[in-house]
This record gives sequence, C-alpha cells and structure tokens, in this order.
Amino acid sequence: AQAGTPLFLVAQDLTLFCICVNVQSQPASLAAEDISTNSNGPKQDSLFDDDPEDLFAEATEEVSLDSPERDVLLSDGPSPAITPITPPTSVITPRIGHTHDDMFTHSSFDEIEEEEGGDSFDIHISVSDPEKVGEYMTSISLFKRNEFAVKRRFSDFLGLHSKLASKYLHIGYIVPPAPEKSIVGMTKVKVGKEDQSSNEFVEKRRSALERYLMRTVKHPILLKDPDVLQFLESSELPRAVSTQALSSAGLLRMVNKAADAVNKMTIKMNESDAWFEEKQQHFENLDVQLRKLHTSVESLVCHRKELSVNTAQFAKSAAMLGNSEDHTALSRALSQLAEVEEKIDQLHQDQANADFYLFSELLGDYVRLLTAVKGVFDHRMKTWQKWQDSQMLLQKKREAEAKLQFTNKPDKLQQAKDEIKELEGKVQQGERDFEQISKTIRKEVSRFEKERVKDFKTIIIKYLESLVQTQQQLIKYWEAFLPEAKAIS
Amino acid sequence: MMEEVKETASVLSVHDDSIKVTEVLKDGDTLTFIIVSQKLSGTGEYHVDRTYEDFEWLQQHLFSQGDVPGIQGVIFPPLPAKPQVNASPRSIKQLGFLALGECQPYCKALETFLQQVAAHSILSKNKAVEVFLTSSDPPGRQKVKKNIFNRLSQAVEEMRKEGHKDVDEFFQNERDHNLVLTGCTKTAAEKFLDVVATEQKIAVACGHFSTALHLCVEPGEDPDKQAFSRVCVKLSEVFESIKKNMTSVAENNVNTLGLGLDLESRYQEAEREMLFRRTCKLVELENAQRNVEKAKPVKKAAMEEVKKAAETEFEHTSGVAKQEVKSTINNCIPHFHVSFHSGLVC
Repeated sequence: AQAGTPLFLVAQDLTLFCICVNVQSQPASLAAEDISTNSNGPKQDSLFDDDPEDLFAEATEEVSLDSPERDVLLSDGPSPAITPITPPTSVITPRIGHTHDDMFTHSSFDEIEEEEGGDSFDIHISVSDPEKVGEYMTSISLFKRNEFAVKRRFSDFLGLHSKLASKYLHIGYIVPPAPEKSIVGMTKVKVGKEDQSSNEFVEKRRSALERYLMRTVKHPILLKDPDVLQFLESSELPRAVSTQALSSAGLLRMVNKAADAVNKMTIKMNESDAWFEEKQQHFENLDVQLRKLHTSVESLVCHRKELSVNTAQFAKSAAMLGNSEDHTALSRALSQLAEVEEKIDQLHQDQANADFYLFSELLGDYVRLLTAVKGVFDHRMKTWQKWQDSQMLLQKKREAEAKLQFTNKPDKLQQAKDEIKELEGKVQQGERDFEQISKTIRKEVSRFEKERVKDFKTIIIKYLESLVQTQQQLIKYWEAFLPEAKAIS
Repeated sequence: MMEEVKETASVLSVHDDSIKVTEVLKDGDTLTFIIVSQKLSGTGEYHVDRTYEDFEWLQQHLFSQGDVPGIQGVIFPPLPAKPQVNASPRSIKQLGFLALGECQPYCKALETFLQQVAAHSILSKNKAVEVFLTSSDPPGRQKVKKNIFNRLSQAVEEMRKEGHKDVDEFFQNERDHNLVLTGCTKTAAEKFLDVVATEQKIAVACGHFSTALHLCVEPGEDPDKQAFSRVCVKLSEVFESIKKNMTSVAENNVNTLGLGLDLESRYQEAEREMLFRRTCKLVELENAQRNVEKAKPVKKAAMEEVKKAAETEFEHTSGVAKQEVKSTINNCIPHFHVSFHSGLVC
C-alpha cells in the first residue's frame, strides 16, 4: 500500500486464533483453585504449537476499520448496550429469549449458583498463535474428559463479549471486557511485516484473548450461558456482524458516556445502603491506584528493554576492544566479558517480558475490569431511577384519577384505572429489579474481590520466582567469568 | 608562596604508589582535594590540599620543560577535565564516568594522574612535582612561561600530518594500533556509560513502583482487603530492595570497569598526542632535509644547521617515545585488573 492510500478493503478480520480448552470435571470437594495455570506468560505449551514462520506467508491486506463503531459512538442516541437488545441473528434469539425469561421470572439465579456448588470444573484454556488465514483454536469439552479445538476469529471474541455485555451488564454482572482492537498493530501483521514488533503484537493479543476467555469461564453464570457454550463448542460460528459497535473500547466509552449522563441528570439517589456508597468509593480509589501502578510498571518495562539494548551494544564494543588488544590474557578476558554481557542481555530481555506479561497486562486488565465494575454500579442507579420514575408517574396518575372521580367521564375513569393498574405492576417490577440488581452486585463484588486477590497473588508469586531465577542465572554467569578475569595479570 | 620554580632536576621524596587523594572538600563552588603521600626516608606523611587549578599548574610545568631532551616523546599522564559543582550537561558528558558517583571516581582519576607522574622517570625529576606534593603552601597561581605545547588542539592544517607515513616500522605499527585502540576504548566506555545510566533509571523506576504499591494498602477489616494489602506491602519491599541492589550495581560498575575504561581511554589519547608530536617532528625533519637540498650555496650552511637540529630532536624524541610505548603495557593492565577483580555484577 502506498502512503496516503487508506486501506479500505472489506472490513473482515481474517485472522483466526486457536483456543484449546481442557476441562476436567471434578467432584465438589475439590476447590477450583488451579484454574489459571496456562493463562499467563509468553511461553505457551498449547496443543497446537504453530510455527510462527508460517503465520504470514499468505497474509492478506485487509484491515478492519473502526469507522462504523465511531459513528455509533459519536451519535447521541441511547446506547444499545445498556438496555437488553435482540441480537440480530436468528440462531441466537430464541435461546436468549428463553434464558432471559428463565432468569427473570423464575428468579433462578440462586438455584443456578447452588447447582454450581455441586460440581466445580477445572478448566484450562489456552489460546495458541494464529495460523495463516489465522484461526484461533479453542478446544473445550465441558462435560467429557477429552479436549477438542475450535477456530475463532478475533471478531468472534468481540462478538461474544458484546452479546454477554448486552445480556448481563445491566442486571449487575461484571462482564469481563474483551481485548482492544488495534488498527496499527493489526495492519502491520496483515501486511506481512514480520518484525519484532508485529510478533510482539500477536503475542500480546493471543495472551489477552486467553486471559479474557479464562475470566469469562471462571464466572459461574457466564459459563452456563448458551452463547459462551456455543463459542467454545461449535465448529462454525455465525459471523459476528455487530462487532463494530461493541468492542471493548467502544463499550468502555459508552459506559463512560452513560455514567456522565447519569451524573448530569443529578440523580440524587437515596442510598439506603451504605455498603454501595462505600464500595463505590473503594473502587474509585482502587482505580486510581491501579492506574498509577500500571504507569510505573510500563516505565520499568521500557527501561529494562533499554538496558537489554545497551548491554548488547556494550557487548559488541567490548568484543571489538578485545580483538584489538595485544596482550592476550586481557584480550581473552574482554572477549569473554563480551560473551557474558550478551547472555545477560538475553536475560534482561526475558525479565522485561516477565515484567510485562505478568504485571503490566494484569494491571491493564484490572483497570479495564474496574470500568465494567463501575458500569454495573451505574446501571443500578439507572434501575433505581427507572423505578422512581414509575413511582412518580403512578403518583401523578393517582392524583389525576382522584380528580376524575368528580367529573362525569366513566370512560376516562376506567382508562385511568387501567393505567394505574399497569403502572402499579411496573412499580413492583421496578422495585424487584432494583433489589435483584443490588443483590447481584453484592455477590459479584464479593466474587470480584476474591478473584482480584487470587490473581494478584498468583502473578506476584510467578513474578518473584522469575526474578529469583534471573538473579541465580546472573550469578552463574559471573562466577564462570571470574577465573578469566583473575587470569589477566 | 613559591615565586618561581627553577627547572632544576630534583629527586622526589615520596613513594609514588603511596600517593592518595583521600577526600574532597566542597566550599561553595570550590573543590579542594586532600592529598596524602608517604615519605621515602623514614616514617611520616605529607598532607597537602590542592584545588584543580593547582593540578593545572603542575601540568603546565611538566609541559614546559623545553630543555629536557626528547621531552616531546613523553606520554603525558592525562589530567581529567575540570570538575564543576553544579555541572552543565556538556561538562557532565565530557567527564563521562568521572561525573557519576559521589566523588570517588574523580578522586581516583586524580590519584592515578599523580601516581603516574611521580613514577615517571623523566617527569618526576621536575621540581614542580616535589613542590606540589610536599609544600604546605599552595604552589602558585602565576602564569607559567610559554610552554611548547598545550593540550593538543589539532588545528585543521595539522590534521593531515597525522596520516604522514612513518620511516620506522615500529612506530608506524604503533600509530595504527593506537588509532584502532583509541576508537574501540572510547566506544566501549561510551556504551558502558549508557548501560550504567539505564541501570540507574531502572533503580529509580523500581523506587516509584515500590511507592505506588505502598499506596495500595487499604485499611479495614475485610479479609480480602487485608490479603491484598499484605501482598502489596511484600511486593513493595521486594522492589525497594531491587532498587537498592540496582543502585549499588551501577555504583560498582562506575567505580570499577567504568573508571578503568575512562583511564584507559584518556591514556590512549595521551599516547596518540605523543605519537602525533613525534610525527610532526618527522615532518619538520623532512622539510629541513628538503630545504638543505634546495638551498642556494649561501643559505646552505644555515639550512644544514637547522637540519641537524631537527635530526637531533627527532632522534631524542623517538628514543624517549620508544621507551614510553614499551612501558605502556605495564600502565594499562593494572586498570583492568582492578576493574575485573572488584566484582562486576550487573
């Protein structure tokens, strides 16, 4: 492509990823503690170890653009994600409709969760590198013991997320956000540019998708969702059409817009429950802290990469110096020093990767997750508002009815009475909704906090182990070098 | 205050390897260095305080020994650049490793300078050295009489002399070798400086991360909160100690290999300057020879004189130079020896 020519080809994402899901059903006594073993770190022993060299042999030049998404965002209309939408494809509608009714009318959340307690699933998900016309292979076997793989495109992941978000966010479930789209990164990859940064991009994305899936299936409610099951099981997925509107970034922006709108409406919510206020404040603080941490880690990663580069350059210059020195013991020592430095450079790089993949991405994930958390709190407020609105309307109608009593208009009176009846139903429903979402949020927050602690602990332990390993390796290298240094004189 | 230093030969009354720059005192913008050296005869030490200007004074005196035969063939131990209390970025760049660390690398560099001067068979005989090391009074700030060569600033027209082919294979080899070596050492020093600078940046970043982690500590009874806080505190401590480690690694690197590369680099520059001076003498001699050949009979005798003088000077210079070059090997090894021994853990 020439510079300046917009790559406006068919907006299709042809890179598919391979997801391997390994599920073993375990008896209830075992806690599902070790779920996330495969989901971190750049080294991935997936079943389908694709040779990265194959990746871009037949790269296409297509780019998926976000422009449709932008249009949606820029419009001031009601954000479709907030209220339940009817998904476009017919395959899914009946199922969603069905489960929706189930969830609302039977108030069966509790039942579902109790069932959950009976059988915990040890789920391993791995997402492998994309193949040529790139397919992410997912393999899952939810109720059997073997594994199988399915291929999914990046847009499929986004599609899954948008469906889950539309179904669950507004009733208080913290839906994990999907990885962001990145036009620049994807362009490079698709145009077949096979350099360090595009490899890093692919790895970053693969890792992000893996973590996304793991978080999603760890959620007891989401795991049972038919869309999730379909995503993990069926060999062919209908193409996600509306992904433009609802990538994670898009969703983020819309939630933020909604939050702003809510604030602007100055909902003076009579918070009967101090718990919610306290939690909201807590999450605000956490958000600030995590963002700070994220920035710190990113700067650390950047410096470490720099150190690796500088060490490599020094190693080269030391080698040259070693070659030009006459004195043989000295020159040998310098050459050895150069070799040691080269090894150390590699170590620095590995450490930088660990810093990044373990920490930085974790922090980034949580910053994004917190936005979802804040989102459900906002939804609760909206639900409350709706309830209040219904109540006010009911009040008005009652007053109007009272007035009508004294006029001789039996038709209007009857109409008023009918409307009042309808509104009373709405008010009751509103109250139920509000209570339900409050209850759900409480559960979700508690689960979220537990997960957070577990996640961080796991990552930190991994990170410390990597640090220790690096240090030990460093010591080995230098100890090997010491006799050479001593031999100079 | 010594009014004038007579250029008489003298014997240095201290052990050259006992010379130490023990500390540096800061008074506003002035830096004063304390120099201690052991007396040759009997016990006892000399303690003197000197500023950088005093060092320059000494150097000027060494340069201006025009009557010592072959002085131009001497590799003059290099004096580090002037230190500044509030250094400008340019002077920091100029000083390189010597600008890092507290004052330790810089003091070591000054110390090496003095030791090399005192150990030098020709230079140590200069009375200025004795005065510098032993006199309790400051040696004097008056302008020294014109010296033959200042810090060699290679004017453009002089540059072409650098490539002038030599008559002596030994020196031609040495010049070529020195050129390569100077380049390599300078590059290695620069690259290592980059490494050390990055290590320092990492230390700072670790410090920030550690602080940021501390901010994540939340009070409260909630067991999840407490667990999270505990984890953050532990990790914060880890990063704090990583920061300390990095800082000391960087410091160590500066004081060992960094200093070694710097000394080595400047010494090779000094050798290059010496070889260049000798080459200039060669050019002078060849010009004088040509003049003799071209001269009209009237001028011939005078030209012959000039040629003879040039010849003598060139021979003396070469003689000294050869000795200097041969003993160079012994000078540079100790630097690296020290560097490698002192534990380079980075």
